[in-house]
Amino acid sequence: MKTYPDAIQIAEVVRGQEVSAKSIVAAALSRSACENQKLNCFTTLIADKALAAAERIDAEIAKGKDPGVLAGVPFAVKDLFDIAGITTLAGSKINAENPKATRDATAVARLKAAGAILVGATNMDEYAYGFVTENSHYGPTRNPHNPTCVAGGSSGGSAAAVASGLVPISLGSDTNGSIRVPAAFCGIFGFKPTYGRLSRAGVELFVGSLDHIGPFARSVRDIAAVFDVLQGADPADPVCSDRPPERCLPQINLGIENLRMAVAGDYFAKGAEPEALDAVAKVASALGVKETVTIPEAHRARAAAFVITASEGANLHFSNLKSRPQDFDPATRDRFLAGALIPSTWYLQAQRFRRWYRDRIREIFQNVDIILAPTTPCVAPTIGQEKMVVAGEEILIRPNLGIFTQPLSFIGLPIISVPIQRAGDLPLGVQIIAAPYNEALLLRVAAVLEAQGIVSAPVVH
Amino acid sequence: MNNEQIPQFVDLMANLIDLPIDPEHRPGVVANTSRIVQIAQLVNEFPLPEEIEAATVFQP
Repeated sequence: MKTYPDAIQIAEVVRGQEVSAKSIVAAALSRSACENQKLNCFTTLIADKALAAAERIDAEIAKGKDPGVLAGVPFAVKDLFDIAGITTLAGSKINAENPKATRDATAVARLKAAGAILVGATNMDEYAYGFVTENSHYGPTRNPHNPTCVAGGSSGGSAAAVASGLVPISLGSDTNGSIRVPAAFCGIFGFKPTYGRLSRAGVELFVGSLDHIGPFARSVRDIAAVFDVLQGADPADPVCSDRPPERCLPQINLGIENLRMAVAGDYFAKGAEPEALDAVAKVASALGVKETVTIPEAHRARAAAFVITASEGANLHFSNLKSRPQDFDPATRDRFLAGALIPSTWYLQAQRFRRWYRDRIREIFQNVDIILAPTTPCVAPTIGQEKMVVAGEEILIRPNLGIFTQPLSFIGLPIISVPIQRAGDLPLGVQIIAAPYNEALLLRVAAVLEAQGIVSAPVVH
Repeated sequence: MNNEQIPQFVDLMANLIDLPIDPEHRPGVVANTSRIVQIAQLVNEFPLPEEIEAATVFQP
């Protein structure tokens, strides 16, 4: 049976010259080309440059040089990260007319500088506006656990590529849940660090006030390793923090003794299918968590995120909405057009509410270190499905898959969605949430759960 | 504004900001606007103290 090493293990065997980077990258490219026909994870595969980069890594190692902690590790990025020499599509038909990017996004450049090798750009909802990756221009990305189901979105291609073992790590972006939702649906780890922690320079923005980037992986240590490589100030992103990087990989096995943990109650304990809440209960039980905590006004936080998203997204694309609305994906077009009509006072009220809500959450984190919540209210719906019954109520799928992610990214909290595998059933995710800049803490919790076997991300066959 | 007035609002506001709405797209825009109106209500009805300022990142 084929095994799927994680990124750290790949880098170890490459640096130890047990396996060449070139053979690893060639295998990833060949599997990706084959599986892409079924899953539609990639919008572009980058074969020649990837193989050339792998040869350079092998040559450096042969000369006794250290090409970095991710030496020879294939990776993919959501097709809104600039890749030098390729046009950034952002899931749109319109952007296909844009010139090729002249330089790599900061995150792509940092991964490459650590020895990782970019093999492709991945499919997404148009302009990142969605939770399903059902893209009318480039087709839906299919869930590796069940190809009739969505992979989640908007970073669906990046999540499905990792879940199906095509690459060990990938990057996505998360505005309202676009890393965490597909991570949950595809049964892998998805990590959204604190807002501003990682540079978004060279990333096509969707909603500047709320946009984050972050990694997908199948192990906690890979998440930590990628996060560590990506950290650091970047003057090219006005939102990127000047805080010094805090290396997390050396900390993930420090344990969880004396951590104050609680399950999010109220809003986060209703409006979900029983299995989504069971997943949270399973994690809470494994961690010995008995407390619950109420996050006040979470429903209004979601509403405010919704208003800011629609308004900023529409403003960003206003010129094309005016001149060529027919070229947008019908799934995003009408939402963008409606967003353009939002009165400024509503937008500003939502921004001011964000400040108020942030202050309340800061108070909560005076008394608790870690909060647990479901990632999605249900498992991955079927491709093309418009409505679903959740907790006995029929609801629209597209706007509701992010009900538990949206009120948290709204104020930029660091969160990892950890995968709960369910024999014979689709996987689910649980959000582990910490106070701003406490990424190391939540990775420690995830590592404990991984060591206990409560969370895992085996490759789907 | 009641629900019956939303199509009128869409037409007037789109006109004001010079955003043509294709008749084919209009029902979807009206439906989404209705949803936004409903959702924004949750934020707009919430009393905020005057001193609460939006947290911007603009640095001169």
